[in-house]
Amino acid sequence: MTVAVIRFSASNCDRDTRYVFEHVVQAKCDFVWQDENELPADVRAVVLPGGFSFGDYLRAGAMAAHRPIMKAVKRFAEGGGPVMGICNGFQILCEAQILPGILMPNHHNRFVCSTVELKTPGGGLGALKNYAPDETIKLPIAHHDGRYYANDDDLMRLTRDQMIALTYVDKDEHNNAKVNGSALGIAGIFGGPTRNVLGLMPHPERRSELCLGGTDGVRMLQSLLS
Amino acid sequence: MTTAAKARVLITLRPDILDVQGQTIQASLKSLGFKSVKSIRVGKLIEIESDEDVDAMTKALLVNPIIEDFKVEVL
Repeated sequence: MTVAVIRFSASNCDRDTRYVFEHVVQAKCDFVWQDENELPADVRAVVLPGGFSFGDYLRAGAMAAHRPIMKAVKRFAEGGGPVMGICNGFQILCEAQILPGILMPNHHNRFVCSTVELKTPGGGLGALKNYAPDETIKLPIAHHDGRYYANDDDLMRLTRDQMIALTYVDKDEHNNAKVNGSALGIAGIFGGPTRNVLGLMPHPERRSELCLGGTDGVRMLQSLLS
Repeated sequence: MTTAAKARVLITLRPDILDVQGQTIQASLKSLGFKSVKSIRVGKLIEIESDEDVDAMTKALLVNPIIEDFKVEVL
């Protein structure tokens, strides 16, 4: 039972993510290079880590989304396998069209790095099954392109089908996140046939040990194995 | 050295998409004294030298249709 952390050119959260799986969650975890054609035979879950894959050139996540391993990741996701895309990983899932929409530059055009309050409308579902519905948690964010955007039909469908997993607590008068302008305050969404895919901009792996500020993130990493 | 066909792909944000880069540039121009700029939208120019299907390239990678329009100019 292996958690596969995919490494793309210029991913940079891969080691932190693996560290948390090995030392905190205590699960077997392996790196898988972007140009492999298959996931490990005993793969239990796939994680696309944060970073600046391919320099964010062209569009964030655009080139990583077309690496050979993504065909296997897509098949795994379509078959109901647990997939988590963190930050750049969320951007890659959207560019690969495993999730709808796109992550755009923050509305203030600055890189934002802070710990934010989030709500879990997806609590009890998918990778958030260890969270209560509408629980308030704190996770760090560190991104320039975190503003979630999708057309009105997709936003309506996400809302109607309860696919919005995480939202930023602070929203403006247009219901966009104050911290980056994200539509409907969306910080993370579910996808796949059974909400087995979760894409989120915050970093749960950076909030999994008390000595580093809190442990609100570890439950969603643990859920990938249960 | 053999030459290949040349094309230019002009990629623009769809008109209903918020362009924060354009807004930021507009604000900078304002502080430089250009106070009546009505609008700035920033796009991309990709120059391709290739005999392969440039249209197919735009659909496969270069353009994200959720937020972008494009035009191909054959040179």
